[in-house]
Amino acid sequence: MSPLNTRRRLSLTAGAGIAAVALALTGCSGSPAGTETPDEPVELRMTVWTADETQLAMFQEIADAYVAENPELVSKVTFEPIPFEDYTTTLTTQLAGGNAPDLGWILESYAPEFVSSGALADITDTLKDDEDYDYDDLLDSSLALWQKDDRLFAYPFSNSPFAMFVNTDQLEAAGQPNPADLVASGDWTFDAARDMSAAAAETSGTAGLVVRDFDYQAWEVLASVWAAWGAAPWSEDGTTCTLTDPEMVDAMTWYHDAVFVDGAIPGPGVTADFFAGDAAMTITQISRASALDDSFAWDIVPLPDGPGGHQNVIGQAGIGVFANAEHPTVAADFLAYFTDPANAEKLATYFPPPRESLLNAETLGAANPKLSEEQLQAVVVDGIQDAVTKPTHVNFAKLQDAVRSQLDAMWTADADVEQVLSGTCEAITPLLEG
Amino acid sequence: MTSSAVLATVEAAERKGRTRRPRRSAVARRDAIVGYTMVAPVVLGSVAFVIVPLVAVLWFSLHDWNVLANTFVFSGADNYERMLSDPGLRDSLLASLWFSIGLVVLNVTLALFLAVLLNQKLPGTTTFRTFFFSPVVVSLVAWTIVWSFLLQADGGINGFLSLIGIQGPNWLRGDFTAMVSVIIVQVFKNVGLNMILFLAALQGVPEEIGEAARIDGAGAWRRFRSITLPMISPTILLVMILTIVGSLEVFAQIAVLTGGGPGNSTTVLVYYLYQQAFRFNDFGYASAIAVLMFLIVLALTLVQWQTRKRWVFHEN
Repeated sequence: MSPLNTRRRLSLTAGAGIAAVALALTGCSGSPAGTETPDEPVELRMTVWTADETQLAMFQEIADAYVAENPELVSKVTFEPIPFEDYTTTLTTQLAGGNAPDLGWILESYAPEFVSSGALADITDTLKDDEDYDYDDLLDSSLALWQKDDRLFAYPFSNSPFAMFVNTDQLEAAGQPNPADLVASGDWTFDAARDMSAAAAETSGTAGLVVRDFDYQAWEVLASVWAAWGAAPWSEDGTTCTLTDPEMVDAMTWYHDAVFVDGAIPGPGVTADFFAGDAAMTITQISRASALDDSFAWDIVPLPDGPGGHQNVIGQAGIGVFANAEHPTVAADFLAYFTDPANAEKLATYFPPPRESLLNAETLGAANPKLSEEQLQAVVVDGIQDAVTKPTHVNFAKLQDAVRSQLDAMWTADADVEQVLSGTCEAITPLLEG
Repeated sequence: MTSSAVLATVEAAERKGRTRRPRRSAVARRDAIVGYTMVAPVVLGSVAFVIVPLVAVLWFSLHDWNVLANTFVFSGADNYERMLSDPGLRDSLLASLWFSIGLVVLNVTLALFLAVLLNQKLPGTTTFRTFFFSPVVVSLVAWTIVWSFLLQADGGINGFLSLIGIQGPNWLRGDFTAMVSVIIVQVFKNVGLNMILFLAALQGVPEEIGEAARIDGAGAWRRFRSITLPMISPTILLVMILTIVGSLEVFAQIAVLTGGGPGNSTTVLVYYLYQQAFRFNDFGYASAIAVLMFLIVLALTLVQWQTRKRWVFHEN
């Protein structure tokens, strides 16, 4: 082979390689097939963020039953755990690489972005046309976030209310009342929780009240606090910043003072794990109850009331079928099976379902032996009713980062809360409008 | 000679040339095959993992690429124009600049200082060399996570400071202290490697030159400045290039320690690129930033390479 030919071949090979990589990375390597029944059984893959072996075993059991019933459609279903912290990033990288999973869990904050972008397949007809599915049993309020123009793009398999977990040992040692009694008497307020936490922190030397997972970064978790003031970061249509509304200013001032004046909430840079006995109270989702053991006496009560009254807050997660995956029709059929009434009851062991018929203390009690029926009724069943979710937006990723970087200025003792919120509004308004 | 005669002569010469071209012997062919086989892994690896991605990134930077919507639309120089008016990019360039200056100055100075100290023929120097080099072989993320605990408001560093009556700051929550913390974590991680490079260079400096200078009455500082430094200047050049390029690639420390905050004070260029690509799904713009970063690294390396003749021994 002459040198010239060798060079030409090399450049052709390199060019072909670049084109192949570019095509693969742009997801153009193959148009989505599977709009009809496949010629031979296919393999499905679902990404999840749980690594809990008992949960994965339950998913696999349901999937294996589906494969046994539909051997002509599916030969295998694989559940791929991805760490929660990197979940959405890893998922979008897979999408970018033309390696979309067939199904995947989706965080509520990113729901509008996934739903509106066209990344997810429309599953409305698949679920509605399934006679055994009982689509009308699904709570409208649970579905709202996952719909566009009345079409459903993901099934909200988990509807986990935020609640207050309390270490009654620490409260008793500090001579504080039992929160359950305050709930009964109607005196369970954020101010009461703050005072009790501050007293417990002073007595026990541990942290008082911890808003779990906030860590002065994931500010959206503070929705479990500001909702009781009737506050929200932006208007319902997502176009106007409402961080400077009096309700939000009051709520954030309350939080700031609870940290820097009252000493009721640990400040930035302090790590405190309620489940390890490091804090007197924590606000987190009920799904964390499995982390409780008998190392201290505990109770779970609804979120406290605020100046705006009582407001339930839930964290949701959905399962979607990816439009660019190879077998969206088969994947949607599997989703209908995976979340039908019988399997939704199994899933209820870990994930409060969006089905009205299953939202009762008896069903949930069988799955959550650590919680009493009263706790389940008060926190889970009642907690899902009329609940709001954490903030969501079609441009959430950029908003999350922009708000986080602005709010950093608030977490010092001498910060001017109103001024920081005003600056935050200024920074995010282009993102809201864009 | 007529033109036809010239043509005939040329053709004859070409035929002669073809027939006279020496044929490769079987041995030479076998050698060539072995040679190509030997270099094939490196060449293929470079093409697959360096050249192709590099060209692909350039191609992507000319597109508006929405991963979720699966759209890939040619947008010309839009992404590059956007860079000109992006305050986030400007802030990240500034953060990178401060980080690089801090890292290069501290790392090179400390590495040279340690190398000079540990070049002495004293008992225990091997132990100290091992001590300073050991962080180099520790996992970067593990190293950074340990430091994240030490730098907490109630972490080990402030605990130590409180023992001597000093109330330490909340290291990772102040703009300045967060940047200083990230730089120091990186300096201690890699100073050992530079120290070993300097140590090897110092041991290559002929003793007789220093000895001659000493006899001529040159003091220790004069000998170091006029003999040792010029003699090890090729290594200084290497260390500078490695450290500057390395400083622009810092990512794990930022991701683990500060997440780019507080505010955007530690959002260096690579972290900004990561945010654009993997958090905001804006792969086209992120690719344009990657091209910018490539050009910056290339320019810095070229500048150092071109100026080496002025200060690197053996180069003039």
